[in-house]
Amino acid sequence: MTVANQAAVRPVALAQPQRKVSANRRRHVTWGLFFLTPWFIGFLAFQLLPIVSTIFLSFTDYNQTQQFAIGNFNMVGLKNYTRLFTDPVIGQAMGVTLRYAVFAVPIGIIIPLLFATLVNSRHLFASNIFRTLFYLPYIIPLVASVMIFQGVLNAQSGWINLMIKAVLGVEEGPRWLSDPTWVLPALNILGIWGVGNAMLILLAGLQGVPTELYEAATVDGANGVQKFFNITIPMISPLIFYNLTLGVIGAFQYFVVAMLIGGRNGDPQGATMFYNLHFYRTAFVFNEMGYGSTLALLLFVIIMLLTGLMFYSAQKLVYYAGGEA
Amino acid sequence: MATLAQSNSMKVTTPRRPLIQKRQTRELVSTLLVTGLGLAVLAIFLMPLGYMVTSAFKLDSQLSGQNPPLWPATAATFKYQDKEYPLYNVPTDQGVKQYALVQGYREDSDVMDPAHPEKGIFNVKGRWRTWEAIYNFKPVLVNFKSANEQINFARLYFNTFAIATLSTIGTLISCIAVAYGFARFRIPGKNILFIVLISTIVLPTQATIIPLYILFTKIGWVGTWLPLIVPAFFANAYDVFLLRQYIMTIPKELDEAAMIDGANPLRTLTSVILPQAVPAVTAVTLFHFFYAWNDYFNPLVYLVGKENLYPLSVGLANFVGAFSRFPGAAMASASIAIILPVIMFFLAQRQFMQGIVITGVEK
Repeated sequence: MTVANQAAVRPVALAQPQRKVSANRRRHVTWGLFFLTPWFIGFLAFQLLPIVSTIFLSFTDYNQTQQFAIGNFNMVGLKNYTRLFTDPVIGQAMGVTLRYAVFAVPIGIIIPLLFATLVNSRHLFASNIFRTLFYLPYIIPLVASVMIFQGVLNAQSGWINLMIKAVLGVEEGPRWLSDPTWVLPALNILGIWGVGNAMLILLAGLQGVPTELYEAATVDGANGVQKFFNITIPMISPLIFYNLTLGVIGAFQYFVVAMLIGGRNGDPQGATMFYNLHFYRTAFVFNEMGYGSTLALLLFVIIMLLTGLMFYSAQKLVYYAGGEA
Repeated sequence: MATLAQSNSMKVTTPRRPLIQKRQTRELVSTLLVTGLGLAVLAIFLMPLGYMVTSAFKLDSQLSGQNPPLWPATAATFKYQDKEYPLYNVPTDQGVKQYALVQGYREDSDVMDPAHPEKGIFNVKGRWRTWEAIYNFKPVLVNFKSANEQINFARLYFNTFAIATLSTIGTLISCIAVAYGFARFRIPGKNILFIVLISTIVLPTQATIIPLYILFTKIGWVGTWLPLIVPAFFANAYDVFLLRQYIMTIPKELDEAAMIDGANPLRTLTSVILPQAVPAVTAVTLFHFFYAWNDYFNPLVYLVGKENLYPLSVGLANFVGAFSRFPGAAMASASIAIILPVIMFFLAQRQFMQGIVITGVEK
């Protein structure tokens, strides 16, 4: 063979590099995608498309009187957004939500932490039973809890006021659910019942702290309080952070109890007009779905900001024993 | 001792001699103190349940009585000539006696002595309102009866059970599949998809519910259970996350052994992964069941007006206002409503709490 012929035989191999995806790999990926399909469909249909629609609706004044079809929308531009600034109820709703959260979030961390420390104590007898019983109120359906607490917070015959009368000797306890000043503290009290879940997570965290740290501290002469603040808290700080995030988001999605106690109008006198309640009333009672969508988006943005803020501050404050995630 | 301790960043104190010397006594005292504290805290924490149970068996009239006891009771009475007169402990010169009050005036009262009815009605000095009434322990079941008449508990229970079971089945099927996909398959762009999945956990329901409601109205699903059940068949981020984390702890060698034996991925899932993932699957089942059982917002929006389709949460909620003046009926209803979740919880508490630990700590 001449050199020229040999050159003619080879060019295909050298001309372009070929990337072969083996049939095996293709099959593997296909199977993988097959298993992910439910989520693909669900995400598109129930999350992505609805969010886009919400954004779209926020620029209209749709109120469900017309058929949902192209061309039936009144585009009102930024009117809903400017309404956010002039709506008096929004300020009220934010105020109520924040006034509730400012107590509920710390309560939602400190109390479960205390309970978890108690249950974790090696001096506690039958701690499993304690753990179960502390968790029990968490699985009680919320509506039933509201009924129970309506009775317990009853101004005359409720046990809380009876205890207050007995211990503090006052004539009458506060009229918890009918007094605008006292209704949010009443909701905070009810919220204490829900700490079971957080307690369990913190308990697991407490049990995961290596005992060598405590032993080393004992050798150095630290007492219990010092050990708690210098070892326990930093070691479980990721879990505290997790509960903090959930707590704040939860305050903005507070709905059931507000609806049951305050009704649609946030009685007494709007003291329970939580943000979520305002949203529900706008969209499903007044049927103002355009403005309601705007409210929903505002909520979404707030939650995103809060979550981001917390992740950012977590980098400064949270200690990950396993190294940065 | 001095320099080494002082050079630490932690402020230290020199250890003191303990109050009680003997170790065993010290341990016992600690246990008693801590357990006692625990019991006190627990008692206060669960006090509302005590209120519920006692009030459910109380007659509402008991609450308006004179200094009623906390336990279900009715006023002890003395029957004379077809009339019932309430009994009181009356302080007299001869000590405290039990008299039946016939008529009370401001400074004195007409009473009868039940031990000597032949004496008839006589007058005693004393303000009857300060006397302590005598009560008999008497739990009543009438509250449960009246609650059951007003609320169709059987229907509500059935509805709730149906919705919760169906959506849990859908969740299990879809979330296991999706978690398996994320855990075991190297798909291009999988990491991005996973991040998208996780970020949907923070997505508030409100951001999507208006368009979903409109959509479901358009296809006629509003007023049925379908909007509550069908989306469950398309996986949710929370349970997928839990299952995926757990599946990743199952050794891949098991998968590979199955593959060598000729199993396709579906077969591997059912025969290899599922049996190994029982704790996580149990946890997801329990979580989702309880979540669906307690859900209020979604049924409220989608089942508006269809009372015989309501689950417990919405059905009961309608009576929260109506019962606020009838604590007996309210507490009886609450007791009926919580019986099933509580029993289920006690039966499955171990798996339940294991599951929470898996989710929460894995973050």
